[in-house]
Amino acid sequence: MNTLYCVPFGVVGEEVILAVEETLADTFNLNARRMESHELPAEAFDTQRQQYNSEKFLRILHKTHPADGVRLLGVTTVDLFIPMLSFVFGQAQLQGHVAVVSSARLRQEFYELPGDSFLTTQRMVKEAIHEIGHTFGLTHCLDKRCPMSLSTTVTSIDTKGDRLCGSCRIALHVYQSTSIIAKGRS
Amino acid sequence: MSTHWNILVVDDEEVMRESLAGWLREDGYAVETSVSGREAIEKAMATDYAIYFIDLKMPGGIDGIETMMEIRKIHPDAPVIIITAYATVDTAITAMKEGAQEYVVKPCNPEEISLLVNRIIKVKNLQRENVILRKKLSKQYCFHDIISKSPKMHQIFTLVQEIASIKSTVMIQGESGTGKELIARAIHFSGDRTTKPFIGVSCAALAETLLESELFGYEKGSFTGASAQKKGKFEIADGGTIFLDEIGDISPKLQIDLLRVLQERKFFRVGGTSEIEVDVRVIAATHRDLQQSVQDGTFRDDLFYRLNVISIQIPTLHERREDIPLLTMHFIERFAPELRKSVSNISEGALKILMDYNWPGNVRELENAIERAMVTCRSTILSEEDFQFLLNNHNGRKEWVVPPNLTLDDVEKQVIAETLRRMHGNIKETATALGIDRSTLYDRIKRYNLPR
Repeated sequence: MNTLYCVPFGVVGEEVILAVEETLADTFNLNARRMESHELPAEAFDTQRQQYNSEKFLRILHKTHPADGVRLLGVTTVDLFIPMLSFVFGQAQLQGHVAVVSSARLRQEFYELPGDSFLTTQRMVKEAIHEIGHTFGLTHCLDKRCPMSLSTTVTSIDTKGDRLCGSCRIALHVYQSTSIIAKGRS
Repeated sequence: MSTHWNILVVDDEEVMRESLAGWLREDGYAVETSVSGREAIEKAMATDYAIYFIDLKMPGGIDGIETMMEIRKIHPDAPVIIITAYATVDTAITAMKEGAQEYVVKPCNPEEISLLVNRIIKVKNLQRENVILRKKLSKQYCFHDIISKSPKMHQIFTLVQEIASIKSTVMIQGESGTGKELIARAIHFSGDRTTKPFIGVSCAALAETLLESELFGYEKGSFTGASAQKKGKFEIADGGTIFLDEIGDISPKLQIDLLRVLQERKFFRVGGTSEIEVDVRVIAATHRDLQQSVQDGTFRDDLFYRLNVISIQIPTLHERREDIPLLTMHFIERFAPELRKSVSNISEGALKILMDYNWPGNVRELENAIERAMVTCRSTILSEEDFQFLLNNHNGRKEWVVPPNLTLDDVEKQVIAETLRRMHGNIKETATALGIDRSTLYDRIKRYNLPR
């Protein structure tokens, strides 16, 4: 069975990682395993923005790609950005192998609300499905209940569930079967 | 998903360009990138993108505003979003004044970009839907190239279909420019003669002897210049349809010859001795009141009754005013590629001018008016200004003081003579200016013995 590796960047709660691993293994029919924690990459930190550039995380994951790993998901608690946008909840290589998610803006405390670790875990799980979904070629879904729908706020993340909608499941199945066929041919 | 829309991201900074492109690709858009304004303009020449994200400050001679202006010359309605890291009120005003749809400061809020893109794509989808619906609608109102939603015209369409496959002679009456030949063609192409020839003859355009040899052909040596045998239109149309336009203008002798053909389906070539038999359906047309001509004794009553087996009276454009918007859009769509213009619509004010105008030259005059307006139009929408020439004509007519003791024929003769002189004897231009067809003009020139 193909393996998805979770790579914690810095200190990440065990509860969150376990939930992410379990859901991704089930959703994408993969064997989930953990890699050793990676230090927060200093070169990714933008002193002016006081945030981490998520593209640098993807580059590190790309380099550390193990032989049996079909997908690598970086998990972190620091605030991420891409140069064009003020922040991102996560980033993925569309139809690639690597993705990263952050819990920084998924925590209630970020919005000066009382903490809720269960809610944070739920949000992380949905965003992890979303980003890994992109690596399997899934684009944003119009069904607001599907984890593949675009979320730019935590409210919209809370609206969606943690199960892919029917259309995205079919698209995923088609992508995974054609990738296997393509691999077999090469 | 939105894979059917293309987006172009133009930024000299790779990290900015690629991060926005990647983010938009996750949304399902086909995103292309350009490193400079010059490259973006080249790409825009080949593809019409749904949205252009253009960075304001770029090196290489062409900045974001100039790039946008050049792209809008190619695609006047292109939605452009100007992006900048250095927001100032002045640049924002300039960008918006030059036609940018939005002006955003980077790094942008993901929600802001998402809403912006969704809003533009929503409009794009509506525009696309509008085009599809318009095409469907024009198909619904289109019968063999005749566009109409007028109940009177739809009665004619039904009649055309009913009579298409029978052989009876048809008489089409209607003012110049109402589309008599189009109806004749619709009859021919709706019936079982569609694979056979449709031959049109303008009876007003030719002198009597010429018309006779044109219709029936001639034998070699039958007159000076007849160096070889020639088939006439009746023979060429064998198995199909002959359309005799301006039938009310033929001479008494030709009226007798025609009556014989209609009765016996046989005739002689000019100078010929053997009879030729043909299977031809005859459709005749005239702008005259033939019944009146019969009463006046200028048209044979027996020929009239032979021709008038099935009668179709085409309404004037004035009587089917509801078709003006439909026809206008049809002509805009037809002329835009021909004239290489990006005109795609008409303003409410301009349409009102068209609705209020009298259209003495009917659909042909409307067609000419739209073509003329599109030639001078500098925008994507035809405006009131583009139709000033109609108002001038109209006002001119209003202010004209009619001289005493003048007959209608005198007026017609003078107007035609003056227009001919102004157009240096050019028949096509004179007919266009007068809003009549060429055969009518030939008829009047002959009738009033006008010099060309």
